[in-house]
Amino acid sequence: MKPYELTIEEASKELSQKKLSSLELTQAVIQRIKETQPKLNSFVLVTEEEALKSARAVDEKRAQGQALSVLAGIPIGLKDIFLTKGIRTTCCSKILSNFIPPYDSTVVRKLKENDFVLVGKLNQDEFAMGSSNENSFYGPVKNPWDLERTPGGSSGGSAVAIAADQCLGSFGTDTGGSIRQPASLSGVVGIKPTYGRVSRYGIIAFASSLDQVGPFGKTVTDAALLLKAVAGHDPCDSTSANLAVPDYTKFLKKDVKGLKVGVPKEYFVEGIEQSVEKATREAIEHMKKLGAKIVDISLPHTEYAVPTYYLVATAEASSNLARYDGVKYGYRAKAQTLQDMYRKTRGEGFGREVKRRIMLGTFVLSSGYYDAYYKKASQVRTLIRKDFESAFQKCDLIVTPTSPTTAFKLGEKVDDPLQMYLSDIFTISTNLAALPGLVLPCGFDQKGLPIGLQILGPHFKEEAIFHLAYAYEQSTQWHTRKPPL
Amino acid sequence: MKDTTYEPVIGLEVHAQLKTQSKIFCGCSTKFDAKENEFTCPVCTGMPGCLPVLNKKAVEFSVKMALATHCQVNERSIFARKNYFYPDLPKGYQISQYDQPLAQKGHVEIQVDGQTKKIRLHRIHMEEDAGKNIHGTISSYVNLNRAGIPLIEIVSEPDVRSSQEAGAYLRELRSMLRYLEVCDGNMEEGSFRCDVNVSVKPIEQKEFGTRCEVKNINSFRFVEKAIEYEIQRQIEVLEGGAKVIQETRLWDSDQNKTFSMRSKEEAHDYRYFPEPDLLPLRVAPAWVEEIKRTLPELAKQKKERFMKMYQLSSYDASLLVQEKSLAQYFESVIEICKEPKLASNWILSELLREFGPEQGATSPVTPQHLGELLALIVKGTISGKIAKQIFEKMVQTGQAPQAIVQKEGLIQVSDVAQIEAWVEEVLKEQKAFVDKYHAGQTKLFGFFVGEVMKKSHGKANPAKVNETLKKKLVKGA
Repeated sequence: MKPYELTIEEASKELSQKKLSSLELTQAVIQRIKETQPKLNSFVLVTEEEALKSARAVDEKRAQGQALSVLAGIPIGLKDIFLTKGIRTTCCSKILSNFIPPYDSTVVRKLKENDFVLVGKLNQDEFAMGSSNENSFYGPVKNPWDLERTPGGSSGGSAVAIAADQCLGSFGTDTGGSIRQPASLSGVVGIKPTYGRVSRYGIIAFASSLDQVGPFGKTVTDAALLLKAVAGHDPCDSTSANLAVPDYTKFLKKDVKGLKVGVPKEYFVEGIEQSVEKATREAIEHMKKLGAKIVDISLPHTEYAVPTYYLVATAEASSNLARYDGVKYGYRAKAQTLQDMYRKTRGEGFGREVKRRIMLGTFVLSSGYYDAYYKKASQVRTLIRKDFESAFQKCDLIVTPTSPTTAFKLGEKVDDPLQMYLSDIFTISTNLAALPGLVLPCGFDQKGLPIGLQILGPHFKEEAIFHLAYAYEQSTQWHTRKPPL
Repeated sequence: MKDTTYEPVIGLEVHAQLKTQSKIFCGCSTKFDAKENEFTCPVCTGMPGCLPVLNKKAVEFSVKMALATHCQVNERSIFARKNYFYPDLPKGYQISQYDQPLAQKGHVEIQVDGQTKKIRLHRIHMEEDAGKNIHGTISSYVNLNRAGIPLIEIVSEPDVRSSQEAGAYLRELRSMLRYLEVCDGNMEEGSFRCDVNVSVKPIEQKEFGTRCEVKNINSFRFVEKAIEYEIQRQIEVLEGGAKVIQETRLWDSDQNKTFSMRSKEEAHDYRYFPEPDLLPLRVAPAWVEEIKRTLPELAKQKKERFMKMYQLSSYDASLLVQEKSLAQYFESVIEICKEPKLASNWILSELLREFGPEQGATSPVTPQHLGELLALIVKGTISGKIAKQIFEKMVQTGQAPQAIVQKEGLIQVSDVAQIEAWVEEVLKEQKAFVDKYHAGQTKLFGFFVGEVMKKSHGKANPAKVNETLKKKLVKGA
């Protein structure tokens, strides 16, 4: 087994037993990135020099006998939305293509405290707006299972880097499914925690009330280890929850007897690919065999989730992206007047989808339209949240498909934004309701493309999700399959 | 032409900078004197990924003003984003409050021409200040030191009916802010700013006329002038058969005129929506009660107390309470000299002449020293005239009056024998005038007093001099 093929759990053991050094591991990972990057385009920046330096430093600490974190010396990649002090952070937009952050995001600070090794910044849809990674200023990411296809988005680079063994763990963000949909389409584990579980400080904002950070891993255990390292209250983020973070690994048990798993009827509707429905139903059957109790539930406002999301998210985005005006940092177009500079900078600096969403968001907040759109959407959002509250009266966790289809072809939906938006139909409600959701592999279609299963839980019950996911993963083999690269 | 009497209807919006140590959403200093962009950080410069964290002190200061103006403090209020593009606004939106402000429905009492009038407050809300654009010859610059300084916006109901009332209202607000020590109220430095909404209507008409907002007014005098100009301008528009256009106008203090900045059609659509990066602001009633208990006596109450306790005139009392520090100074002086009227006279004439109301209390003449000086007068150790000389020295050196008295040998002479000697000498020297006096020119008495004082180098006790002179002049007759 090559070092880059290891899980974090395995690598960490080898590192602590000194069978492997972080330098060797990092070098192997960097080599792997170099070999596969031309095919996949998952990285927008490889921080080789910094990575080797960090790896050596960790090896030295270990040699001195210091007690180290399980993530110490582990090569990790970050979506290019996380601010990294002194390291270019672009959000895959032309408008930030020259931006060097003056500070670290809280997630990065915490990872540094864990002695992680940053191997690079990962490709994504511009400002996390997209479901196929085709909206990146740096070009699309390819799906390692089929290079003609999208890995999903917006955190496409973060999902692919795990699927293709380009790093051992990665982080992304999820505003409407941007971790879970690419995890599903790329065949890896990804979790969007409860809103407020992980600090958003230093993460380039798309839609502030929906954005949440989460990890990608090769296994449920790895995802749990990664989440534990970054979760918790941050005084710099007023919306982060002041709650203790449990040791998630303590909940990784194979026995799920008596666990009540809800299956919402609204998630098995027309338009869902047969292979996806079949794999999801089989996974549910499998859970039943493991001892879980399957409960039929209803989430009646599901059909309003996509329109509600596109009102709330675009409204917030239109405001969040106002700061990219050419005045303080980032791209600035040459112009004669201030107004002209604003128009040209933003006209040239943002891509098509970002501009589409800014315009939509500006419109829905405009005087005379606010009540009909933004306010109404906020009210529907409350109804969606209440749907889940009543559902969780009947069950402990909810299991659903992640995306109606497996990976679609690059270019297939770029000219049809509505079709593209529907790709997130099963993930969007979770963000609107601020709930945690994990995706893990549960099968493959006839084309050999991965299918992901989504497990949703009540607020701040990530440990319960990890429990069921672990039990399922440990009794199936899906996660062991690797793409043919 | 029919003879219409017009009535102005005026509403005021005041922006007051709160003098917290740090900014409203980050830890940067709020100091006024600083190099360009010295007090900035990723949060107040609108770096990607930054998030605001509310400064509790700013909330406390805002609640103080809300309580002082009898507002209802809302247990739950919401921050909102006000979106517009401008280089001094780094995030492209200002964090403010919109439909759910911190406080509502208050009032302020003002005095105009001896009449008391209540001006109702519509609301008080919290927000962040913007930075400043600086325009050079070739380039423009942005200074973000001011960006993120906490502000409260105090919005009145349209209850003001004259420029005089507007002035009184603003002075009252400023005094309250300064008494509460939440804002230094400096209009020139921009820590107290005012926008005025003015409309006029025929006096018998119920509905208000179309209003204009006047911005950019940086002194009380200009507020009054701008309102007067605007009332006159609008009346002329109406008299000319035209209609007032709703617009924003700027005050030009060089030309003493307002001119149009933008019309209603050009007005911004700020696209307010709740700030998702901040939780609703919850102000617990228990905390409000706690803050209420710390509220100081305000100028109005203090003035009433001074009039009652110290038998001061309304005029003197209002001068003493114009600054909280001055009022405190006054009371410290009384504690030592025990003579309120004397203390008031000295402070209002001597101290204010030297230092003015704002610097009086922090001048080299400490209240302790002034109290001691006045006590020396009361005891008869020195004369009022000598006291003034000593006061001059105290202004220059900051020394205690006792020390100056000793050093300069200025103790008043009340010894009868000594005074008699001086009197006799004078009467001898001024024989001709003594005769005139006896011939009926009794006005010369003052002249003799002056000569005796001169002889004593001002140290003779004037009362004793008077007494002795009277005796001697009669005796000699």
